Amino acid sequence: MAEAHPVGFQWVVEAKRRGATIIHVDPRFTRTSALADVHVPIRAGSDIAFLGGLVNHVLSNDADFREYVVAYTNAANIVDSDFQDTEDLDGLFSGYDPESGHYDPTTWRYEPPEDPTSDEQELQQELEHEEHEGGSDGHAQAHLAAQSEARGSGGAAVPWKGRRDETLQHPRCVYQILKRHFSRYTPEMVQEVCGISPEQLRQVAESLVANSGRERTAAFCYAVGWTQHTTGAQMIRTASILQLLLGNIGRPGGGIMALRGHASIQGSTDIPTLFNILPGYLPMRHADQHQSLDQWLADDEGKAGFWGESRSYAVSLLKSYWGDAATPDNDFCFDYLPRVTGDHSSYTTVKAQIEGRCKGYFLVGENPAVGSANGKMQRLGLANLDWLVVRDLQMIESATFWKDGPEIETGELVTEEIGTEVFFLPAASHVEKAGSFTQTQRMLQWRDKAVEPPGDARSELQFYFQLGKRIRQKLAGSTDEMDRPLLDLTWDYPADELGDPEPETVLREINGTGPDGAALSAYTELKADGSTACGCWIYCGVYADETNMARRRKPHWEQNQVAPEWGWVWPANRRILYNRASAAPDGSPWSERKRYIWWDADEGKWTGDDVPDFIPDRSPDYVPEDGAKGPAAIRGTDPFIMQTDGKGWLFATVGLADGPMPTHYEPPESPLPNPLYQQQNNPTRRSLATASNPLNPSYTEVFPYVFTTYRLTEHHTAGGMSRTLPYLTELQPEPFCEVSPRLAAERGLEHLGWATIVTSRTAIEARVLVTDRVRSLRLGDRTIEQIGLPYHWGPNGLVPGDSPNDLVNVTMDPNVYIQDKVGTCDIRPGRRPRGSALTAYVEEYRRRAGVEETTTEGTQG
Amino acid sequence: MSTPVESSLWGRLDDPAADAGYADHPKRKGFFTDTSVCIGCKACEVACKEWNQVPDDGFLLTGMSYDNSQQLGASTWRHVAFVEKPIDVPAPVDLGMPTIGSEDQGAVSGDAGVRWLMSSDVCKHCTHAACLDVCPTGALFRTEFGTVVVQPDVCNGCGYCVPACPYGVIDLRKEDGRAFKCTLCYDRLKDDQTPACAQACPTESIQFGDLDELHERADRRLAELHEKGVDVARLYGRDPEDGVGGDGAFFLLLDEPEVYGLPPDPVVTTRDIGSIWKHVGAAAGALVAVGVASFLGRRR
Repeated sequence: MAEAHPVGFQWVVEAKRRGATIIHVDPRFTRTSALADVHVPIRAGSDIAFLGGLVNHVLSNDADFREYVVAYTNAANIVDSDFQDTEDLDGLFSGYDPESGHYDPTTWRYEPPEDPTSDEQELQQELEHEEHEGGSDGHAQAHLAAQSEARGSGGAAVPWKGRRDETLQHPRCVYQILKRHFSRYTPEMVQEVCGISPEQLRQVAESLVANSGRERTAAFCYAVGWTQHTTGAQMIRTASILQLLLGNIGRPGGGIMALRGHASIQGSTDIPTLFNILPGYLPMRHADQHQSLDQWLADDEGKAGFWGESRSYAVSLLKSYWGDAATPDNDFCFDYLPRVTGDHSSYTTVKAQIEGRCKGYFLVGENPAVGSANGKMQRLGLANLDWLVVRDLQMIESATFWKDGPEIETGELVTEEIGTEVFFLPAASHVEKAGSFTQTQRMLQWRDKAVEPPGDARSELQFYFQLGKRIRQKLAGSTDEMDRPLLDLTWDYPADELGDPEPETVLREINGTGPDGAALSAYTELKADGSTACGCWIYCGVYADETNMARRRKPHWEQNQVAPEWGWVWPANRRILYNRASAAPDGSPWSERKRYIWWDADEGKWTGDDVPDFIPDRSPDYVPEDGAKGPAAIRGTDPFIMQTDGKGWLFATVGLADGPMPTHYEPPESPLPNPLYQQQNNPTRRSLATASNPLNPSYTEVFPYVFTTYRLTEHHTAGGMSRTLPYLTELQPEPFCEVSPRLAAERGLEHLGWATIVTSRTAIEARVLVTDRVRSLRLGDRTIEQIGLPYHWGPNGLVPGDSPNDLVNVTMDPNVYIQDKVGTCDIRPGRRPRGSALTAYVEEYRRRAGVEETTTEGTQG
Repeated sequence: MSTPVESSLWGRLDDPAADAGYADHPKRKGFFTDTSVCIGCKACEVACKEWNQVPDDGFLLTGMSYDNSQQLGASTWRHVAFVEKPIDVPAPVDLGMPTIGSEDQGAVSGDAGVRWLMSSDVCKHCTHAACLDVCPTGALFRTEFGTVVVQPDVCNGCGYCVPACPYGVIDLRKEDGRAFKCTLCYDRLKDDQTPACAQACPTESIQFGDLDELHERADRRLAELHEKGVDVARLYGRDPEDGVGGDGAFFLLLDEPEVYGLPPDPVVTTRDIGSIWKHVGAAAGALVAVGVASFLGRRR
């Protein structure tokens, strides 16, 4: 965190000053470790085993926050009798289809009620119908379209709340299943998988437990060390389970914080740049599954919790897109929505480029030739386009690959033969344009323009607005139905003399307006009848009272501890989500020390420094009537109001592609067999079979070492914003790799000398830093060496160098299609071969390792 | 506060600005750099260069941990040192017993973990600043804030200040010829602003303020760390009785000063200049007396 988020780390330093214990888990000793109380070196990619060991510690010592767990989580829910665990099936859950590589999650459900209500019966029939008629095809389609990601603001729907055993003794209750599942993650197993000693595991576990409960809370912060794995979503799930067991969700000082890759990554999922979701986590329309507005909304509409109102959010979104053209008669222009047919994620698109199926590409503030996994694949894709638009601050590698990319040097690409027409458009930086950033706590913070952009540089807003205007001019007068979605768009922002729209008008459109055209104040005001328009329902309220709430900058010392008047947080300026959980079931604070939101019986409402994340006047003893729907179905003791059952999910009955509970699988390239199960890798991982993406076989002597990539404080991601600046370049002037003294001795690597690092994809060279900060890890009776590679460099910039991401293979998490940043490699002293000798060198490695040649193209998983 | 007749070169001096002749002046300003919360982000280095328009200092991977700016100089006015120190493993006492396990699994360097010390170094703005004392052009001067600043439009590049500095801070910029160093953002101070490095520091490792107040803060912090059992914590440059009369920019360190590349007991190099001149004067006087006496003798 100190390494990549130095500004945010000031609060960790502040917490430490106030007595917090800081534990840092990372393969290498970083600037964060230097300030932490404890550094726990871990084998890259083994985090589920480590966290599983902590879960096991909590469960086997009865160290959970029992009252919280019983009341607020689904620990007591009884799971279907057909459910089988990885313990029963040696690494697989029930419902796995080896042919498609997908799970059918039916058996993961809560036990069906003996006496179902009519609604429940209906929902069960729907489920069974899908099962028997739609078959696994339906699931396959849902998985391919990555629909689980539409859960960014609430869980998947369950048909019934299910039977509960609040003594937690029933053998099929979630608590007991969890206990059995994690019992395998013993301290000894953790050592064998992660290289963490039982003493250190116990130290961390005891510290966590001691700092959780009524009086205390503990928080987790993570970054791409968790997300960028084939099991990434499940790593974070494991932390969620741990935090729910310890009662650290919905309470001050608790939670799990995602440290994002750069500014407004949270914003780019809220108002997404992703293929599979629409603003506010509404699922992207699927061509087959969503033939009508009703079908599109069927998954959530009318169910318990606030997702039950999804029609209001969806219709208001359509109204904001198509204005007056959107009417009840035409399903509010639902048919105008673009639709997905499967996986259109980034890497799959790159593959389509290589295969000639994707002809045009926009790269906006992104440098995949350096920043994405398997740079060669990226560049081969770019070289096979008809046109490419690059908008960036600098002439980045993704715009110049055709003349100076590594493949030009090796002869794999020839400049004269590349047909891609590249349009480079200079972009305004964040200080040269106004707008909002949404940070990881869902906080929108407005920034004003400090200086005018230089030369022809323009904001993104200006570019897209003008592009839209030009396209619409070209289509004007068209009678082709296909052009209606573009021609009917509301596209009328007031702009300055350079055609740059006023950014606050866009924020106001996102906020939404009512029938009278005035800005709305809260998403609860949204209507399904077309009388309201809203560009992103979760952001409704950011422009309440016609005021840019994101621009509020009242210092924290002038307001209460929650500082509600700094910026604006979605939803409803609520700083801590699910904060009903900060009070006991009866509505009183768990403790004075951790008082946050509580029930004021005299006033008959929830109160506290934050905005209560609950129905304001819902009494703790409220029990919904049978058959209640939407918010009316939320019990007075159910804090997790975006879940249909109101509970925090220790066990995910639906919504994840790779199982209801996390399980350790080895990364796609690993130096050892999975010590837990026969099943080596995540069975639902997405592999991308193309000639340029060969995989190292696991546990081969040819590739004996683990490598992982990361960032340095001194540079920014793929370097477009830092490698051209002398003040940053001088601070980290060259690519390097970090190795332990033991590995240096083993391979004859010299400090500051050159090393060649090789995988099946390619080989790169880097200077060597031999350092005690990289530790040799003892896993049982063997030692594992890890090589650290900061990934910022490429052929351009003040000091060019090879790109470590060229070494990384593309094998993806099945939920969100992110790559695994861990792989295996060899390392040798000296510089790499030049020109065509490089391809021959790598080819020889592949031959020795027995890597299968991929000639046929295909996608498995 | 009394205004001395002549400037002090040595010893305790509570008000260097008054000593330099400012009758009415603001309180002495300084830096307290608390290295125990430094995260080595180098924001201070970059902010300093941006504000003061200091050129880059060359692109060299040094291999000295993450320190690629190496030391303070004419084009590096803030420098973050990175010191990697393996935690010592106590040598096992050989009892001559048979051992279990293979030999090559023995402890290697770093097995017990590592310490990574970071510290942002800067010009100390000494109470007795030798650079200033030796400057023949008056380019180096004491400001009303008690800080020491070079005026580039006066500096003639003689370089006397370079060996005079007991910390090796000030240096000549080769391509330019003149001497440069930290000004404690003199221009910002005049506008009542915080120096760029302190402003950019995310963890308040670099604290700026009135020196007397910083002393109190540092003493509290030191006591706090000692209470927590961090016995290695110590202040450096805090003592007004030390060889330079105390520093305007002082530090909290977590190890011996030498570990950070700082001299353990700096002494102002012009300490004896007064007595040297007195001796020179006396010797010259004696020579004159001898000369005069010899002429007087001739007359006899």
